[in-house]
Amino acid sequence: MTSENIESLVNRRYEHGFVTDIATESLPPGLDEGVVRAISARKNEPEFMLEWRLQAYRQWLEMREPKWAHVHYPPIDFNSISYYAAPISDDDRPKSLDEVDPKLLETYEKLGIPLHERAKLAGVAVDAVFDSVSVATTFKEKLFEVGVIFCSFSEAVREHSDLVQKYLGSVVPRRDNFYAALNSAVFSDGSFVYIPKGVRCPMELSTYFRINAANTGQFERTLIIADEGSHVSYLEGCTAPMRDENQLHAAVVELIALEGAEIKYSTVQNWYPGDENGVGGIYNFVTKRGDCRGDNSKISWTQVETGSAITWKYPSCILRGDNSVGEFYSVAVVNNMQQADTGTKMIHIGANTRSTIVSKGISAGRAQNVYRGLVKVMPQAHGARNHTQCDSLLIGKECGAHTFPYMEIKNPSAKIEHEATTSKISADQLFYCRQRGISEEDAVNLIVNGFCREVFKELPMEFAVEAQALLNVSLEGAVG
Amino acid sequence: MLEVINLKSRVGDTEILRGLSLSVNAGEVHAIMGPNGSGKSTLAQVIAGNDDYVVTGGEVIYKGNNLLDLKPEERAREGIFLGFQYPVEIPGVNNAYLLKAAVNAKRKHQGLGEVDAFEFLKLAREKMAVLGMDPKFLNRGVNEGFSGGEKKRNEILQMAMLEPSLAILDETDSGLDIDALKAVAEGVNKLRHPDRAIVLVTHYQRMLDYVEPDFVHVLSEGKIVRSGDKTLALELEEKGYEWVREAANG
Repeated sequence: MTSENIESLVNRRYEHGFVTDIATESLPPGLDEGVVRAISARKNEPEFMLEWRLQAYRQWLEMREPKWAHVHYPPIDFNSISYYAAPISDDDRPKSLDEVDPKLLETYEKLGIPLHERAKLAGVAVDAVFDSVSVATTFKEKLFEVGVIFCSFSEAVREHSDLVQKYLGSVVPRRDNFYAALNSAVFSDGSFVYIPKGVRCPMELSTYFRINAANTGQFERTLIIADEGSHVSYLEGCTAPMRDENQLHAAVVELIALEGAEIKYSTVQNWYPGDENGVGGIYNFVTKRGDCRGDNSKISWTQVETGSAITWKYPSCILRGDNSVGEFYSVAVVNNMQQADTGTKMIHIGANTRSTIVSKGISAGRAQNVYRGLVKVMPQAHGARNHTQCDSLLIGKECGAHTFPYMEIKNPSAKIEHEATTSKISADQLFYCRQRGISEEDAVNLIVNGFCREVFKELPMEFAVEAQALLNVSLEGAVG
Repeated sequence: MLEVINLKSRVGDTEILRGLSLSVNAGEVHAIMGPNGSGKSTLAQVIAGNDDYVVTGGEVIYKGNNLLDLKPEERAREGIFLGFQYPVEIPGVNNAYLLKAAVNAKRKHQGLGEVDAFEFLKLAREKMAVLGMDPKFLNRGVNEGFSGGEKKRNEILQMAMLEPSLAILDETDSGLDIDALKAVAEGVNKLRHPDRAIVLVTHYQRMLDYVEPDFVHVLSEGKIVRSGDKTLALELEEKGYEWVREAANG
């Protein structure tokens, strides 16, 4: 690909920003081959993409919903879902922040969301005024200078079909699991990133785009390729609670790190968790996987999960290259009736591969929090090492924490360590803080943030501050 | 400053304080002594507002107001400090962070601006130098993996930073070797001030060799049975608590 090509593509992307503005009608509920064809057609996709979707759809038909997770929910009727929703028309949106639920605004206030972002988050019909021209131009120039491709997935399918064809499904195959297959058939949109050889991406990707990226729909697809010796840090999600009409979310994220490349992927997930009885919350069934395909490569996942009624998510690393490194840092908070079954898989294939897992689960209310993790060392992975630390913190008496560590070690030289703790916020700790003049609520926040410190320090600075505030809001009313 | 009038309190079904009265003025140092189970720690916890201890009778007046109406954090912000007998560990919470939050909670209550990180560290380092503490303490988890002596020194550091009007030190001397005891006692002596009252709850005389009290009270079965000056502590050391019990019953 020539640099002129990239230039024109990068430039063109910003004409429309990240927001899809196609005002087509929604498809009626239900799923068949016709629906898959219609989605592909509306996106003007090339033939290969349609074929890929159709094969995924046929594979999905033969698959069964997984039942092994420690979560409970009524059966999902996949024929009652509309798989292509047109963007909400401006007439149906609130006209200004005055028409938005005051509770939502209060939350934005507490999270310190900048004023200009609030309207967008609340779904107010505004032009993308906040996405100031100067910001877009500055970043466009910076990315262009180094040849980074960062665009919506739909655009990548049309404009970078060589890269998409080469890498799509190479980490998470279509038939990997039920939800991955569904996503592969009907994915709506998402992000595409390509970092050329030897390039260190000059900024945290998506920091300034996350609001625009909020409209990617319920079947999000992300593909990030870090070519040899490159480096990228990608931020996904948003601390602000996002409005969404779709209850089922099934995203797929694929990361590929070639020789000597490094990908850092940070997520803050705060989908609507439902009310105090769990009614109306989002089901978040996600497949995230990174492939350390080259020697000396590194993939690091950091996630802060506070939202959704049900979270089912295991960001994983395939450590294929020799000396490759996988990391997973996670904070999962559940309150009220939320359920989370989350963890990671570290698959050691190359020699001297290393992985680190730090999982912090916090349960409050009547919520259930599960850590489920697999460490697998293949016979050829000489000298593989893993360290797993898995801590649970309970607030109150009705919540639960469960740990399911799986280990399959097929090479005798592997060194595997697993530490797990479960603790409660004790009355003594709270009284100690209160005797020093700190209110009960602040004391809980202090203790919880202390518990999560190891993970927060892995987040980019700006995100870490927001994540802390988010945790405080999520646990409001958890004590007393 | 503090008036305890006929105070009664229980923990669970056990009555511990049975009509205790005590008067403490600014500038005074009081020592409260007594055998195990006599109610020394209960008195400290009730004044600090621990709701595991139920007040069943009597009054506590602090700076002219009914103390029992206030939440623990409100009492703390009004200048009551309790040095805990067993300071609790809070893993992962930075010692400096807790201390700064405490200092600022109090300043806010007093209508003062919050101290920033720079001012705070300067102040904390000064106080730590006085107490012979390694500044690295600030970056460790609150009491996490601290030795007994380190925990007690940390309590004194908190007291020094918070500059309370009324400091109650619950068995701050217990479990300390002689060097730690001297350091802690020195820390307490530095905080003696005409505007401040200090109540030392202790089982043994030895702390009082270093911090000289103005008054000594002997507690037995939930009441003060004898009060006197510092010589009472020496007499007690010599004759043992059995002597007090007999005196109380006879």
